[in-house]
Amino acid sequence: MSATIDLDDNRDIEAKTGSFDVKKGLAEMLVGGVIMDVVDAKQAKIAEDAGAVAVMALERVPADIRRDGGVARMSDPHLIEEIQETVTIPVMAKVRIGHFAEAQVLEVLRVDFIDESEVLTPADEEYHIDKWGFSVPFVCGATNLGEALRRVSEGAAMIRSKGEAGTGNVVEAVRHLRAIGRDIRAISQASSAELYGWAKDLRVPVDLVRQVRELRKLPVPLFCAGGIATPSDAALVMQLGAEAVFVGSGIFKTDNPESRAIAIVEATAHFRDPHIVAKVSRGLGKAMAGESIDSLDVKLASRGW
Amino acid sequence: MAPKIGILALQGDWARHGERLRELGVNSVEVTDPKDLIDIDGLIIPGGESTTISRLIVSCGLEDPLSKMLRNDMPVLGTCAGLILLASKVLDGRDDQLKFGVIDAVVKRNGFGRQVDSFEEMLEIETVGPDLFPGVFIRAPFVDGIGPNTQVLATTATGVPVVLRQGSALGCAFHPELTGDLRIHQLFLSIVKSANNTVLPFSKS
Repeated sequence: MSATIDLDDNRDIEAKTGSFDVKKGLAEMLVGGVIMDVVDAKQAKIAEDAGAVAVMALERVPADIRRDGGVARMSDPHLIEEIQETVTIPVMAKVRIGHFAEAQVLEVLRVDFIDESEVLTPADEEYHIDKWGFSVPFVCGATNLGEALRRVSEGAAMIRSKGEAGTGNVVEAVRHLRAIGRDIRAISQASSAELYGWAKDLRVPVDLVRQVRELRKLPVPLFCAGGIATPSDAALVMQLGAEAVFVGSGIFKTDNPESRAIAIVEATAHFRDPHIVAKVSRGLGKAMAGESIDSLDVKLASRGW
Repeated sequence: MAPKIGILALQGDWARHGERLRELGVNSVEVTDPKDLIDIDGLIIPGGESTTISRLIVSCGLEDPLSKMLRNDMPVLGTCAGLILLASKVLDGRDDQLKFGVIDAVVKRNGFGRQVDSFEEMLEIETVGPDLFPGVFIRAPFVDGIGPNTQVLATTATGVPVVLRQGSALGCAFHPELTGDLRIHQLFLSIVKSANNTVLPFSKS
């Protein structure tokens, strides 16, 4: 999509929307921030008041999706619009893996970011969405570097660790971040010939592997999601290389969401300063009870490939 | 002596500003606490979410020292959210968000629209040379009015002001830190240099 504007000197200047730089640009702006799951306008307001950089509008937080079972789908457009009208910060929403028609609907609703998410029930067991065709940027989950780069090759402008959503247990997010970081460090040291081996093993284009070696990071921002429940959890994943955090059930499934939301925002911004993390962790009340990964019937992180 | 530039590093794309300064051979310090302001010659407020950055400035005690230094004409570059924080009036913002008011301008948050309306445009910025400058606008603020002492250094093709200068304060509605073009950062460093030749270090004044 582009509009050409004719100037007096006959020089054509194109104002171009939907380019990859513009999509990745929004991801860059969210760095160091907290993106909070909200299920209604009231929660969205609490999130914005607490200093969230964006909200994720959805009908049920992952903990409830997990409990209720059944097919989890894109949210009702009405809910998303209500939240867009309530807050001034970016509003994200989720679509099922491979469900490009849901993504088309979210683009019409002008959401700011689309999460092609394993938290919803996958719609396609073979293909993720071809994200290059959309003006709205996409974020996708990943458990390792190959998965992350395959999503980037499909046009994702941001990657997040999958973690294990709705558990309040950070162990899987840590596993995914460490796996991604370990391979990035190895590729940074690889010879040019070895990059072909990496491309083959990771099942990704060699150009993306080259970019990883050059940048010593993913070609798009890497955020963390899945199981963050406390300010220390946020500080942990940020120190492990996440550039921002998504908090799903971890805020509104607790006694005191207002204070917890503020505390996680502060801990994410000041993740290297344990004095601040200690200060904001005091008196927050109970965190979400959480679940051990072994006891789960359904592992969401295994959705997608 | 190379200037010491502080980059407000609470939230947003502050690391990109650090990279651009490094490419110009200038070291920067990350500002997350009032003590980081000691002896800096200039400050960059990055892109990000202005409401979040505003909250974090207040909670870490940076509001008063920053206000004081900016009132004392410390050179400052604000991009996108940074421009919003430097402006005197914000439309469609939160009532409680900070306004340092060193650039006399009315800015409308996300005034170009939501993310699907974010755009790239090549800009004419005479002050930095004849070559067009790549402007990346992300949910950018829309300058809806300026005061008598505010200079407009560039506009979009449709005439919307996008680079503003008032004294030692420079504001961009777009993100020069996201592109390889270093000329806005060079312009800022020249403002820092001329300010340093005339006044004492700001933290001591």
